[in-house]
Amino acid sequence: MKIRIKNGRVIDPASQLDGRHDVFIKDGKIVAIGDHFEDFTADRVIDANGLIVAPGLVDLNVRLREPGQEHTATILSETAAAAAGGVTTLCVPPDTDPVIDNPAVVELIEDRAKKSGRSMVLTAGAMTQNLECELLAEMARLKDAGCVAISNGLSTIKNSVILQRAMAYAATLDMTVFINPVDPWLQSQGCVHEGAVSSRLGLGGIPESAETIAVSRDLILIEQTGVRAHFHSLSSGKAVKLIRDAQNRGLPVTADVSAHHLHLSEHDLGNYDALSHVLPPFRSIRDREQLQQGVRDGIIAAISSHHQPLDKDDKLGPFAETQAGISGLETLLPLTMKLVEDDEIDLPKALAALTCNPADILGIDSGQLKVGAVADVCLIDPDSEYECQPLNFVSAGKNSPFEGWLFNHQVSHTIFHGRLVYERD
Amino acid sequence: MKNNQLTEQGQLRHFLTIEGLKKPLLTEIMDRAEQFSGITHRQVKKVPILRGKTIVNLFFENSTRTRSTFELAAKRLSADVMNFNISTSATSKGESLLDTLHNLESMHTDMFVVRHNQSGAAEFIAQHVSPHVSVINAGDGCHAHPTQAMLDMFTIRRHKQFFPDLRVAIVGDILHSRVARSQIQALATLGVGEIRVIGPQTLLPADCQTLGVHVYHDMEAGLEGVDVVIMLRLQLERMQGALLPSAREYYHCYGLTEEKLKLAKPDAIVMHPGPINRGVEIASSVADGPQSVILEQVTHGIAIRMAVMSMALAAHSEQNEIPA
Repeated sequence: MKIRIKNGRVIDPASQLDGRHDVFIKDGKIVAIGDHFEDFTADRVIDANGLIVAPGLVDLNVRLREPGQEHTATILSETAAAAAGGVTTLCVPPDTDPVIDNPAVVELIEDRAKKSGRSMVLTAGAMTQNLECELLAEMARLKDAGCVAISNGLSTIKNSVILQRAMAYAATLDMTVFINPVDPWLQSQGCVHEGAVSSRLGLGGIPESAETIAVSRDLILIEQTGVRAHFHSLSSGKAVKLIRDAQNRGLPVTADVSAHHLHLSEHDLGNYDALSHVLPPFRSIRDREQLQQGVRDGIIAAISSHHQPLDKDDKLGPFAETQAGISGLETLLPLTMKLVEDDEIDLPKALAALTCNPADILGIDSGQLKVGAVADVCLIDPDSEYECQPLNFVSAGKNSPFEGWLFNHQVSHTIFHGRLVYERD
Repeated sequence: MKNNQLTEQGQLRHFLTIEGLKKPLLTEIMDRAEQFSGITHRQVKKVPILRGKTIVNLFFENSTRTRSTFELAAKRLSADVMNFNISTSATSKGESLLDTLHNLESMHTDMFVVRHNQSGAAEFIAQHVSPHVSVINAGDGCHAHPTQAMLDMFTIRRHKQFFPDLRVAIVGDILHSRVARSQIQALATLGVGEIRVIGPQTLLPADCQTLGVHVYHDMEAGLEGVDVVIMLRLQLERMQGALLPSAREYYHCYGLTEEKLKLAKPDAIVMHPGPINRGVEIASSVADGPQSVILEQVTHGIAIRMAVMSMALAAHSEQNEIPA
């Protein structure tokens, strides 16, 4: 399949390319970026006039619900959603059922992903066996099987001895540790940010210390063990500051934020809107501003979807009894670009946070447009003016608080390994 | 935010929380309760206002007093009442809250009186009932207990004339109290001069002052010159989870004794939503003393609930005047 993407505004944050070019794709690779390429007869010419041609997006934290919760979503359904969201590479955390703590589960996921053929599915292997925080998982075997990182998912390792040894072992293998920073005791007290809104609604509050205590402890152990670490889904301004200080000290530490945390705050809970029930919780408006500032300053290098598709029933009930999580793959791009429209972040920085930066964190080569690279490309229509309708999501999870939001940027085409895997109707 | 408690004409449809309701409506509830409380002294304590209506008491949490007063209020309005104790019934068989609700709804229920241990449960139910069904919140988690707050306002109004002149102190476990939250909103809406909350930091919500109150940790200072003292029940399980060391120490710091009560105005009234823990948050001599209006509150509960039920079902009732 030979594809020529004509006349688009090609932006590659990694090489700081931004200009009107054609992109030529052959045998799954980008063979040229320029005005013409000799003897190239395209099977498909995509007129990208007025469109942005960007690298396919790289998403650091996506739950596909398979294996284990196929009634909610599957690798097939969610890789299709990824394609619709412009995501061509995604990383799944190990908290599947069974847990990704042995090569067989890695193979199963990779197999199913290959069959779907819409997105590169990478895995973060478990840090401890069955994520039970007691015995180390076989990290070397997981690495050999293809895991790109090590993580304990949402189960915090409370025992600092085990965490320290797990980090040291991961450091031995030169693997990056992915961390969801949570103090389990402080988090278990509530379901929303502790503050004026939790007080008014009578919902249990999760103080920001639930995050900052965990970040602080983990940073100390990172420093001690020398492991490379990445923090998922920061929610508080104080955590951003802790990461900044650690980076200034020279620690090998990166962080991401979810696209939804850059837009919503505790005030969006409205009248117990369970669709805004997410962990870590949406915090104050000031926290949201500091997260945006963290992206501007580059302290937070990546923006992720933190995609958590859920069943309709999971969100039907009194707030605290509903499941936390947002179906985020199909709003990742428009939400991030909305920050560009609002002049909060400049365009190259926003695209870098969705492409080459997360690729760097994963230690992989994608997330860029260059000759010879695998042809993972996302075409974006910057003037589409549409209303977000979660019921029309490709994802099996329709759980999004962004219903009715007006977006401008929309994915128009997604090319994965040189094949067109999504095209807007 | 849309206030779905009110119809488009501004009439009460559901009664879920005091938040968002205006002073004239709260006054109307109290005025109507005043009319109903006359009925209680009649030979026949019944009016036919809700004849033919079906009211379901849907209690997911145990309650004696609140459920009985709702039941009595409904019966005095001539409605048919069914009581469901769900903690021991359907949901333990794996039925979801919505399934339970829709099943009861298909029995042509006109009103649900709901108590649930989760904040926001009444709101959730109100969002999912058919348009002709009303929902009254009889307490949801730590969020709201609006009929309790209104009967407390009614009790205060019976004893004190002019709300803007009043200082009211609420003492105890504000953090977990739906009663306190609703009282604070009602007092603020009715224009009370000063609302104080008194308690240790472990029992006060985060950013408590954003609720519109003055915060006191020292009970003596907090009681100084108040007109109304509202004591809250201390759940004895609060000793778990390190919120308090002991009931003894709590009584030492925050128990209302005759001595502490002397710091309030001489004509201050003492209130408590019940059930009281004697010797934990209040001395027996105060609970049974001349300034206590605790039993009056219970009596007023029936009239307030009659008022709210009749108002919420008014849109569907042919007869809504109280017969002379």
